[in-house]
Amino acid sequence: MNIPEDLKYTKTHEWVKIDGNKAKVGITDFAQHEITDIVHIEFPEIGKQVKKEQPVVVIESVKSAFDIYAPLSGKIININNDILESPEVVNRSPYGEGYLFTVEFYDEKEIESLLSADDYKKLI
Amino acid sequence: MEKLLNELSTECCPAYNLDSDIEIDVQVPENLKRNLSLGLPNVAESDLLRHFTNLSRKNYALSTTFYPLGSCTMKYNPLVNERIAKFDNFTKLHPYQDSKTIQGVLEIMYNLEKDLCEISGMDCFSLQQAAGAHGEFASLLIIAKYFKSIKQKRTKIIVPDSAHGTNPASAAFAGFDIVPLKSESDGSIVPEKLKEILTPETAAIMLTVPNTLGTFEKNILEISKIIHKNGSLLYYDGANLNAVMGMVRPGDMGFDIMHINLHKTFSTPHGGGGPGSGPVGVKAFLEPFLPVPKIESKGNEFILNYEKPESIGKLKAFVGNFPVILKAYVYIKSLGAKGLKNVSEQAVLNANYMLARLKDKIDVPAGCRCMHEFVLAPKALFKNAVRTLDVAKRLLDCGYYAPTVYFPLIVEEAIMIEPTETESKETLDTFVDALIKIILEEASLEPQKLKDAPISTAVGRLNEVEAARNPILKWK
Repeated sequence: MNIPEDLKYTKTHEWVKIDGNKAKVGITDFAQHEITDIVHIEFPEIGKQVKKEQPVVVIESVKSAFDIYAPLSGKIININNDILESPEVVNRSPYGEGYLFTVEFYDEKEIESLLSADDYKKLI
Repeated sequence: MEKLLNELSTECCPAYNLDSDIEIDVQVPENLKRNLSLGLPNVAESDLLRHFTNLSRKNYALSTTFYPLGSCTMKYNPLVNERIAKFDNFTKLHPYQDSKTIQGVLEIMYNLEKDLCEISGMDCFSLQQAAGAHGEFASLLIIAKYFKSIKQKRTKIIVPDSAHGTNPASAAFAGFDIVPLKSESDGSIVPEKLKEILTPETAAIMLTVPNTLGTFEKNILEISKIIHKNGSLLYYDGANLNAVMGMVRPGDMGFDIMHINLHKTFSTPHGGGGPGSGPVGVKAFLEPFLPVPKIESKGNEFILNYEKPESIGKLKAFVGNFPVILKAYVYIKSLGAKGLKNVSEQAVLNANYMLARLKDKIDVPAGCRCMHEFVLAPKALFKNAVRTLDVAKRLLDCGYYAPTVYFPLIVEEAIMIEPTETESKETLDTFVDALIKIILEEASLEPQKLKDAPISTAVGRLNEVEAARNPILKWK
């Protein structure tokens, strides 16, 4: 199972890449494997204010529909439109081209509650 | 594959000659007149009959095979229900008839409401809703209207993660925010965890009892106390009422509002999107909010009362799907109170018999006892990239309808089995034998057999991913 060392993680299987006050978010390799083949993704609008642990994206696979949660509170400033037409990219490249959205977060302290790669490895 | 009628059509041998000499005394404007032929298929009567008979033989149905679809309750539909629903007295009615001329129909509906009250412990029912999820939606509108009437702003609905997917969907559709509640490994709720997420904004919690893992919510009375102390309402999803009829009543457990799926508990057909019925029951204080029209008895007459100022309004044309309502009524009357209790006892016994045969061989996350259904977690037994989906497909080759898979979501690789009350011990045994053979033997020794399945059905393994991503929705 691929769990890059330089990312932060959540218990709900999102990964987070912090860059200044912005965080790029996607789902982990473990999550894409469990969700199985993704067929549809529903995004929030850009500019939406989200709270940590609030469901923001819905991912639908042949198995079921899954909520994806905001790892940090803030404002959605970008969504990955490229994957709307080809959701299989999330299965193929969950940490790369298949990222989901970028959130501009307000509270740096919330980062402390995210998991390290080691902690996440233990969780799964 | 059976050919479509259009493909069977030939130039010659018409099945039926339409009389072209009929004079039609209607003035149709030229621009509205059809100038192409109708394009109806031209098929010999015998071929037509064979076409439909062959199609019907491809059906997987309760009348052809065991259907252990957990959560969905594929219950035997007694033929007496169908026979009575086909009486001319019912089929030749028109929904626009004056209520004075359909007194018998109204009486049946009125009596069914009373029977459902007795079975569930609620005070009033509405039969108008067209299906279970429609009943949920109506209930949530009632909850919203109730809090509006007492001038409280409550915007949140708590839904356990073991709930049916329709619960959060209905609540969101009715304008509420959903607060998920993590349940235990047997799907039950810990009262302390519930207390933590309760706020003055909590309107209600939606509970299915027994839950989707087939266990009875043993803390229900305490949950009821906690919820009511918070000023919130307790909602009963009646999906699993068939497990407890005649033993406990939602009304006595403290539920304020509920829906019933007539097909799950009262044996009406489980339509593939066809007509259903999802009656909503409430305690007396919520009665003013029920949909209109309300069937009432006034003197010697049954009337449709539209004058209910606090009602959430009308949710469906006319009074509801009457033939479905009628079939449920026939079922209740033909079994009586004792018979209905026996239905639940037998459903629970059948499920426990299967569970007892399987529990030492396959993981059972919710424990060794269940109500009317149970969940298996075979993940630890899988090697060679075999998954639950492959087991389900292989069961088709063994002549069974596959059980529910990958639900509830809280159990990985779940297989959910519900035998219902009418199956014989022989049927349960042969199904369990097949399941054990597939999971314990074939999955390790002949994994390719599972991956290739089904091979005996009209169509083989479908590419579900491709079908969802690039659906082809029209013929040719």
